[in-house]
Formats: sequence, C-alpha cells, structure tokens
Amino acid sequence: MSHGANTVHGASRPDTIVNFGFWVYLMSDVILFSMLFTMFVVVSDNTFGGPGGEELFKLRDVFFETMALLFSSITFGFAMLSMHAKHKGGVLLWLLVTFIFGVLFITLELHEFYELVHEGATPQASAFLSAFFTLVGTHGTHVSFGLLWILVMVGQVALKGVTPPVASRLFRLALFWHFLDIVWIAVFSTVYLSGVMG
Amino acid sequence: MSHSPAHEEHHEDTRLGGLNLKTYITGFVLSLILTVIPFGAVGFEWFGMGTTLIIVAVTAVVQILVQMYFFLHLDFSPESAWNTGSALFSLLILAVLVGGTLWLFYSLEMRTMMGM
Repeated sequence: MSHGANTVHGASRPDTIVNFGFWVYLMSDVILFSMLFTMFVVVSDNTFGGPGGEELFKLRDVFFETMALLFSSITFGFAMLSMHAKHKGGVLLWLLVTFIFGVLFITLELHEFYELVHEGATPQASAFLSAFFTLVGTHGTHVSFGLLWILVMVGQVALKGVTPPVASRLFRLALFWHFLDIVWIAVFSTVYLSGVMG
Repeated sequence: MSHSPAHEEHHEDTRLGGLNLKTYITGFVLSLILTVIPFGAVGFEWFGMGTTLIIVAVTAVVQILVQMYFFLHLDFSPESAWNTGSALFSLLILAVLVGGTLWLFYSLEMRTMMGM
C-alpha cells in the first residue's frame, strides 16, 4: 500500500477508540434485535384466528428485498475501495448507487406493509402481527436512518472531499450498513422463510 | 502456525489498507449462493419440511459468518481483537437472553396448557 492509503489510518489512534465505541453500539443493537426476534418466535403461532405467515408473505417480494440489500452492501464495499484509492468521484458514485438500492429496499418493504394493512393484517390484529411489524419495522427504521446518513456523507464527500475525518465517518457508516444486511439475513430466515413453511 | 513478521504485515494490509476488491467479491458471491439456496429450497419445495428448516438455519448462520468476515473484516488478528472479543461477549449475552426467554415462555406455555 502506498503512503497515501496509510495516512487515513496513520492518524487513526483517536479513530480506533471512536470506531470501537461505534462497534459497541452495534453490539448493543444486536441485543435489541435478538430480543425482538425472540418475542417474534414466541408469539409467531398466536395469530388470533387471523392469517399467518403462510397466507401473508410473498416470497418473491422478499427475495427482491433481500437482493436489493445485498447489492447495496457490495456497492458500499466499492465506495470504501474508492475511498482508499482517494477517488472522490468513485466514492460519490457508489454511495449514490448504494442509496438507490437502499431506497428500493425500503420502497418494497413499505409496499408490503401497505398491502398487509390493506388486507386487514394490521399490527393490532394479532400478537404475531404485532411482533412482525415491530421486528421488521425496527430493521426498516434502521435502514431509513442509514439512508439519511448516506445522504449526509454524500454531501460531506462532495463539499469536503475524502479528508481523514470524512473517511473515518464513512468507515463507521460502512459498519452500520453491512451490519443491517447481516440482521436482514436473520429476518428473512426467521420471519419469512420459516413463516412461509407454516 | 508460524508468526513471521511478513505474515503479520500481510494480514494487517488486507484488513486496513487493503480492503481489496477480491475480498468483497468473494463475500458477495458466497452471500448470493447462501441466499439463493434457502429461498429455492422453501419456494420450490425441493426437500421435506425438516430438511428445509435445517437448510434455512445452516445457510443463515454461514452467511452471517461470511458477511462478518468479508464485509465487517472480523477475524482473530490483533487489530480486530477488541471487536471480535466484544462480538463474542455479545454472543454469550445473546445466548443467555434468547435461550432463557424461549425456555421460560415454552415452560410457561406447557404449564398453562396443563391447567386448562
């Protein structure tokens, strides 16, 4: 690696502690999600006579959501590679591509929620649906805040360039974004795939 | 298990400076495969119910590990020791909370059923 690539990390002593702090936040988020998952598993059969996952979930839509999030994860990886190459245009391009995939994910999710509510499968309908909307909605909220953060970073990269503080923030956003994709793996496996099987 | 300085340097490079294209592409392709398998197994009902559930669980755990390694760059190198250590600690807490809660609720369900 060239000297240039090292300066980002060379000046990173205070960075290390900040990054670790952010990591600890992510770990606390793991605990939060784990309890939402547990709650969902406990009440997943309590449909109160209403429809269960078998009738409600559309596997095709979930697959597209999953693909949107997975593609956004790899495109964020490309943004990080551009960042290390000090290629400002590349960072902006890949951040925007990531943003588009993220918006696609959220759009599909909101569409699914809309259809569910339209069919009468509201959060109030059963314990299963309360837990479903809480768990999937919490993940969706995280992704939405991630999208906001991506826009903020697009602005910072455009105005300030890839300076060490900006690179440091991008690094934490990358952790956050990849983390959300990992949580989604647990969501589609526990909620949708297991739910469709009944 | 040699700990030659050259090896250590190389390791640090891939993690910090190098976040290289190959790492991301490998992680991506593996994730893609590990997503298509469970969706196919459930969607097209390739296997029986029990086998399918096992496939879903195993591919999920493997894909989580794949993404932690290739995207979050978690490993047992000295640089990520604190991250990996705190992740393992979280896993312990998670096991206690999730396992304990499930145990409690299923036990409660059994007891209340018996009363009926």
